[in-house]
Amino acid sequence: MAQPKRILVACGTAIATSTVVAKSIEEELKKRGIQVVTRQCKATEVKGLEHGYDLIVTTTPLPKDLEVPVIQTLAFLTGIGKEAVIEQIVKALE
Amino acid sequence: MPSQKIIELLVPSAVCIQLVADDSNQVIETLAGRLFKAGFVHESFAKAALERESQMPTGLPLGGKYNAAIPHTDIEHVIKPALALATLQKPVNFQNMIEPETAVPVQLVIVMALEQAKTQVEMLQEIAGVLQDADIIEKLMNAREIPRVFEAFS
Repeated sequence: MAQPKRILVACGTAIATSTVVAKSIEEELKKRGIQVVTRQCKATEVKGLEHGYDLIVTTTPLPKDLEVPVIQTLAFLTGIGKEAVIEQIVKALE
Repeated sequence: MPSQKIIELLVPSAVCIQLVADDSNQVIETLAGRLFKAGFVHESFAKAALERESQMPTGLPLGGKYNAAIPHTDIEHVIKPALALATLQKPVNFQNMIEPETAVPVQLVIVMALEQAKTQVEMLQEIAGVLQDADIIEKLMNAREIPRVFEAFS
């Protein structure tokens, strides 16, 4: 059984937008048969937490020098470009 | 589909229709003040929300006629979860959440007083749903009485 992919979801407070994004990612990837585990965190915490994650998805700017690939997007909040971002996430997890 | 949680949590005395404001600070202060008066947040909430907005802005370009902002701050300033809402008579600049150096002219502001993340998932998903629904936003912007605002979410 494949290990679920691990995605770190960042936003400003770790309670608002990251909640929506994490839930949306889980639902959309589940539809595509991809198991993910998400964790929410503040943008300021990413540097210390990123190790061991396959991908970071954020709604707020992050430092440039991270180990893990980052997708910065508002698509899960605004709906704009949502399909494209989901494809981007799927590709990044391959 | 009705936005049940939004309807439950939106505080009528914290709904401002066609508010005239010069800047984002004024909008946040007004809505935070209403939530404080109504007993949902501590006095510290307003300042915290302003500070948060200046460091981690919440402006959201929606790609249509109107844009939104969703100011919020840490849970320690919240007594009970609640929402405040303002439609603005003229657009006010908020900074873009994903590109903070870019301004977004905003007409719809929802201040969120949140407690723990997990207990608000549905409400937050409803808000995202509303932001993606041009019809609901149009109804909110056209509302001139508070009951119309609640109807827009039904």
